[in-house]
Amino acid sequence: MVLVWGPQAVKKICDKCNHPATVHEVEIVKGQKIEKHLCDDHAREEGIAVGADYKPINELLTNFVKMHSGSAPAHDLVCDNCGMGFSEFRENSLLGCPQCYIAFEAPLSPLLERAQDNGTHHIGKVPQRCGIGERRQEQLLRMRNRLAEAVKSEDFELAARLRDDISQFEGVVE
Amino acid sequence: MTLGRITTNAGEWLRGAGPRSDVVLSSRVRLARNLAGFPFVSRSSRRQREEILERCRDQIMNGQLAENVLWVGLVECPQVDCQLLVERHLISRQHARANDLARAVAVDTNETFSIMVNEEDHLRIAVLRSGVQLAEAFEQVNRIDNIIEKKLDYAFSKRFGYLTACPTNVGTGMRVSVMLHLPALKLTGEIDKVRRAARDIHLAVRGLFGEGSEAHGDLYQISNQTTLGRSEQEILSEFEHTVVPQIIAYEQQARQALLQQRSVQLDDKIWRAWAILTQARMLGSEEVLTLLSHLRLGVNLGRIQTVDIQTINELFLLSQPAHLQKINGSAMEGAVRRQGRAELIRRRLGAAD
Ligand SMILES: [Zn+2]
Ligand SMILES: [Zn+2]
Repeated sequence: MVLVWGPQAVKKICDKCNHPATVHEVEIVKGQKIEKHLCDDHAREEGIAVGADYKPINELLTNFVKMHSGSAPAHDLVCDNCGMGFSEFRENSLLGCPQCYIAFEAPLSPLLERAQDNGTHHIGKVPQRCGIGERRQEQLLRMRNRLAEAVKSEDFELAARLRDDISQFEGVVE
Repeated sequence: MTLGRITTNAGEWLRGAGPRSDVVLSSRVRLARNLAGFPFVSRSSRRQREEILERCRDQIMNGQLAENVLWVGLVECPQVDCQLLVERHLISRQHARANDLARAVAVDTNETFSIMVNEEDHLRIAVLRSGVQLAEAFEQVNRIDNIIEKKLDYAFSKRFGYLTACPTNVGTGMRVSVMLHLPALKLTGEIDKVRRAARDIHLAVRGLFGEGSEAHGDLYQISNQTTLGRSEQEILSEFEHTVVPQIIAYEQQARQALLQQRSVQLDDKIWRAWAILTQARMLGSEEVLTLLSHLRLGVNLGRIQTVDIQTINELFLLSQPAHLQKINGSAMEGAVRRQGRAELIRRRLGAAD
């Protein structure tokens, strides 16, 4: 979808009525370019999100909290790696670790979709060396988490062993 | 540790020589990145942040990037220097405030790029250019990203792309922004229309110093909000070919309208600004930004030739508190600072007595 905005856009009128078109879409269907120019009302009718529907994520989160203010915090989703709860995320809109994206996927997806202008999947740059696979990223994250806990509880023997494990793990090329 | 040349040099982006610099002061592209296998900054232990810092420093300071790069640990950095980096847009206010030994920034001495370490994300790589130079800025930031990535694995998923602490950055992790000077749209009252239109196509409009700051000096930052589901090229191209040219066209129309319909009022604003800036004995920072804005408009429209654009661009920065105190060589508060500001401006405008 391509949105055009500004003076040249304003000159067009809605395909379905005589009101000025505010939403401009170009769709490619079977190699054919189809242009759509719609007013706010007709755009909504076509199920196209109109600008005013868009809200930054913080606002979305606040509304989400309001909507669910009655629900019991006992059902709070928790990331099993870093211990971050979804309610905590709603408060400051920061996730705890990469694994949170998986742990909170269900409630996060609709929020992301709205905040990201219907974007749901990454398009664009991919790390050049392809980095390490997602499975290994997760393993490493969990090992480091265990290490941090061992250090915190002053179990230095375990910490030393985990540190060795991590450097060995990191040294292994996939 | 000293900021050395950064204090005395005006950054590349300030020279005001870039394309379309009559309306666009600067272009900025920044990438948010996190190291694989570590929790995000806000959930990490001190040891983990130190380890992240070490890895990033090794890669930034011992490789292809190291030449002319200054490494600044923010805790050891004097308050006024941190503030100066904020005024230069090299670090965020949030980063400057932190009391954390594991926070740092790498800045190149020409101030074309900065890399914040352990801010909201492990890495925030930003490139700043004068005028409209988005493609160039992206090319540079992408190159830096590639160099860092040679040794460091990033947290990345096929579905969500580059994983960031705040989901508003996930995907490309890229924020593109331009700093616009829109005095005529402000004077003609059209600015709210532009703000609304920009918001409608999912762009954020902010003031001079980012989130929550007001548009003093008629300076506006416009940036993309969408980072997921659109490629870097798509986001950049929309900015470079649609958003920026249209805002420039609007501002130019408003400037022409002022010239044709309200030229006396326009000249009055410009010459009042000149009169106050060259005569006042005490000046507040917000007042100065407003007056400099009118003066800049006057110079760009050829209504006043007593000063050049570069001097005005520099004064936008030099009149800020930290810059003022660095130039003065000592701390200044309240009335003394306002007096020092007025003096500096008179001197720079060639009106000192
Ligand atoms: Zn219609
Ligand atoms: Zn987590």
